[in-house]
Amino acid sequence: MNKTYLRLTVRKPSLNAPIVASQSDPNAKVPVQQMPDLRRRPRLRELTINGFLFLCGFLSIFITFGIVYELGKESFLFFRNRQWSSTNKPLAADINPEQTVFEVEASGTPLQTDMNYRIEGEIIHIDAIDGTSLTVQRGFDDSQPAAHRAGLTLEAELRPNLLEFITGTEWAPHNGKFGILPLLTATLIVSGVAIVVAVPLGLATAVYLSEYASPRAHNTLKPILEILAGVPTVVYGFFALTFMTPLLRSIFGADTVNIYNMASAGIVIGILILPFVSTVSEDALSAVPRSLREASYALGATRLETALRVVVPAAFSGIAAAIILAASRAIGETMVVAIASGAGPNFTFNPFEAAETMTGHIVRISGGDMSYNSVDYNSIFAVGLMLFVMTLILNVISQRIVRRFREIYE
Amino acid sequence: MSILRKRGDFVESEQQLARRHARGRVVLSVFQLATLIGVIVLVVLLLTIIKNSFGYSAVQNEVDPESLAVNGIPLESLTKSQLATILQANVSAGLFARFEHDQPIAERDAANIYDLIQEHVIAPEVEESWNLYDSLTKKDQILVLMNEQYPDAELQFLSWVNWDFVRSQQSSHPEIAGVRTAILGSLWTISIAIFFSLPVGVAAAVYLQEYARDNFLNRIIQTNINNLAGVPSIIYGILGLAIFVRAFGAFTSGVAFGAADSSTANGRTILSAGLTLGVLVLPLIIINAQEAIKAVPNSLREAGLGLGASRWETVWAHVLPNSIAGILTGSILAVSRAIGETAPLVVIGASTFIQVDPDGPFSKFTTLPAQIYQWTVRPQGAFHNIAAAASLVLLVLLLALNATAIVLRNKYSRRL
Repeated sequence: MNKTYLRLTVRKPSLNAPIVASQSDPNAKVPVQQMPDLRRRPRLRELTINGFLFLCGFLSIFITFGIVYELGKESFLFFRNRQWSSTNKPLAADINPEQTVFEVEASGTPLQTDMNYRIEGEIIHIDAIDGTSLTVQRGFDDSQPAAHRAGLTLEAELRPNLLEFITGTEWAPHNGKFGILPLLTATLIVSGVAIVVAVPLGLATAVYLSEYASPRAHNTLKPILEILAGVPTVVYGFFALTFMTPLLRSIFGADTVNIYNMASAGIVIGILILPFVSTVSEDALSAVPRSLREASYALGATRLETALRVVVPAAFSGIAAAIILAASRAIGETMVVAIASGAGPNFTFNPFEAAETMTGHIVRISGGDMSYNSVDYNSIFAVGLMLFVMTLILNVISQRIVRRFREIYE
Repeated sequence: MSILRKRGDFVESEQQLARRHARGRVVLSVFQLATLIGVIVLVVLLLTIIKNSFGYSAVQNEVDPESLAVNGIPLESLTKSQLATILQANVSAGLFARFEHDQPIAERDAANIYDLIQEHVIAPEVEESWNLYDSLTKKDQILVLMNEQYPDAELQFLSWVNWDFVRSQQSSHPEIAGVRTAILGSLWTISIAIFFSLPVGVAAAVYLQEYARDNFLNRIIQTNINNLAGVPSIIYGILGLAIFVRAFGAFTSGVAFGAADSSTANGRTILSAGLTLGVLVLPLIIINAQEAIKAVPNSLREAGLGLGASRWETVWAHVLPNSIAGILTGSILAVSRAIGETAPLVVIGASTFIQVDPDGPFSKFTTLPAQIYQWTVRPQGAFHNIAAAASLVLLVLLLALNATAIVLRNKYSRRL
C-alpha cells in the first residue's frame, strides 16, 4: 500500500511570541492570544494498539522459534541417548581397578576398538584389541574404576551418531538401531508415487481449465476439485484402505500386493494433492497475458501448440513452484500413510510392500501413552526435525523459484 | 512439429494441417479425461463411504428384545421405572451397583436407561456385515451364508449412520457406538482454536498490511508466516506435545487453577488440543486475512486519514468493516481444515476410548477425525462401517461450514 500522510509542521508558540510582542510596547503586559498546541502529542492509545498488533505479528517468529528449539533440543537428547546391549563376552579373570590390560573369553560377539563398554557400573573405553587381550581406559565418562570378577560380561554402548542416523538401514531405537533410511526411503517412495500420479493429472487439468474449458465447464469443474481438496485426510486414509488397496490387489494379485502397501497410500496422496497442483498451475497459466496467445495464433499455431509451446513455458516458474510445494505436502502427509501404508519400518524399494514413513512412525509411536525422556519420545523429535528440514527446504526453493523466475509482462 | 515444413516453399499442405488439428483433438481429449479423473475419484470416494455406511448385517442378540416387552408394550415405549426394573433383573448386582455409583438410576432419564439395556442386556453383536453393493446384488448368497454360519442371527438392513449414531456415546460394540463424544470434542477444540487464533491472526494481518514498514524485521515476519503455512501438520502436533502438554502441563491440565481431576492431569486435554490447532491455523488465517485487507481500495484509507482519523480509527471504521466478509470466509476455510486435522491430535494424545462427554477445557478429548482413524485401523469389519458412517457425519459438518462461508461471501461481498 502506498502510505502518504499529511505532515503538519507547526512552529512552537514560543517562536511566535516576539512577533506578537513587537506590535506593541515590549514592556506592556499583552494579553497574548492562546495558541492551540499543535505539537505532535504521543498518542497513547495508538501506540498501545500498534504495539499489540506488532506482538501478534511477531508471535509467528515465536512459533517458529518454538518449533526449531523443541525439535533441536529433543533431537540433541536423542543423539546423547545411550543404551547398553550385552555382548555375552565374559572376563577371563578377575581384574583390579588399576589394571588396563586384561583378557576376555573368546565366546560372545566380537568387540571393537574405540568403543565404550560397560562392566557392572563402570564404563571402559577400548583402545586396542590383540586377540583376546584388551587395552582399555578405565573409569571412562566419570564412572568409578572398580574390581570385577571373572565371568562378568561386557555390555556394548549403543549410541546414535549422525553417520549411522543417515546411513543405517535399520530403525529400532529401543534396540539400538538408529538408521533413518527405512523411514526415509518409504517417505520418498510414497511421495514419488504421489508425484507421478498428481503432476500429469494436475497439469493436464490445469491446461484444460485455463486454455480450453468454457466458462460454464470451468465453473462446474473448479468447485469439484476444491471439494476434493477439502476432504479430510483421514477420510482419504479410509478410502485408501477400503478401496484403493483392494483395487490394486485385484489388478496385480493378492500375492504381489501386501494388505498394507506404499503404492496404495502414494496413489491416494497423489489424488489428495492433485487439486493443489492444478489450482496453483492454473493460476500461473492464467497469469500469462492474452497477447502471447494471440501472437501465437496469428502465426498459425493451433490451440494445442499455443498451449504447450507458448503458455506452459511462459508459466513454467509457477508450475515448478506448484510441483515442489505439492512434493512438500506429500512428504508431510500423515493420516493416509498411517492407515494404509503399514506399521513397522521396512527397508525396501518395492512399492507393493508395507513400510512405515517418517510421519507414520511419529503417529504410531506417539499414539499410545508415551513416557517422556524415553528413546521413543526423543526419536519422534529427531524424525520430526528431519521432516521439518526437508519440507522447509522444498518450501524455500519453491518461493525462490517464484521470486527469481517470475516473468513480468507489461 | 515445426509449423513451417521444409518443402522448398512455405505453404503447408492440407494433410499436414489436418494432422496438426487431429493431434490437437487427441490431446484435448486426453486433457479432458485427466480432468474427469478428478471428478470420478471424488464420486468413487463418496460412493465408497456410502457403500460402507449401509448394508445387511447378521446381528446376534444376547437377549431377544421382544422377550423383554412388558404386556406387549415394546421396550422403546416403556416408562422409566419399568426400564429400571428390567435393567436390574437382567444384569449382575455388581454391574447394577456400578451404574448406580456412576450416576444414581433415579437421576437418569429413560433414554439413558434404555441405552444401558441396549448395551448390557440385549448386547447386539454384528457377526458379519456386508456393504451396500453386495447387499443389493448378492442377497441370495448372503441368505445362504446366513443359514449356514449364523442360524441364530437375524439379518438386518442397517443404516450405520442414523440419529442414534450421532446421539450415542462411544462404545466397544460397533453396533451401538456413536460419535456424540467425538462431535462434542471437535466442537470444543475448534472453539478454543478460533478463540485464540482469530483475534491474533486478524491483528497480525492488520499489522502486516496497515502498519508494517518495509524493513528487515517485517520482511522476516512475512516470510516466516509463509513458511509456517507449509509446515506439515504433524510437526505442530510435536510442538503441541512438547510445549502445551509437557512444558505447560500444569496449566493445560488445569492443576494450576485447581480445576483438574486426577484422570486428566497429564495435560492431554481439550485445551492443549485447541491451542495446538489454533497455532496450526494461525498462518492460514493471517494469509487469508491479509488477502482480504489487501482488497480494500486505498481510496477508503486516504479518505479516512484525510478527515483526520488516526490510523487505528481508519482501520477500525473503514478497513475492517470492508474486509470482514473476506476475513470470515478465509477463516472459515482455515477452520474447516482444522476440523479435519487428525495427525496433530493423535500426537498430542487424543484418547482412544472415552465415554464421558467433555465438560470443559480440562477434559480428556477425542475428536471426530481421531475417532474415524481409530475405527479405521481396527481389523473388525463392523468398525469400518462405523468409520464410514462417522466420515459421512464429518463431511456433512464440513459441507455445512463451507456453505456458511459461501453464504457469508455472497451476503457481504457486494458492499464494496
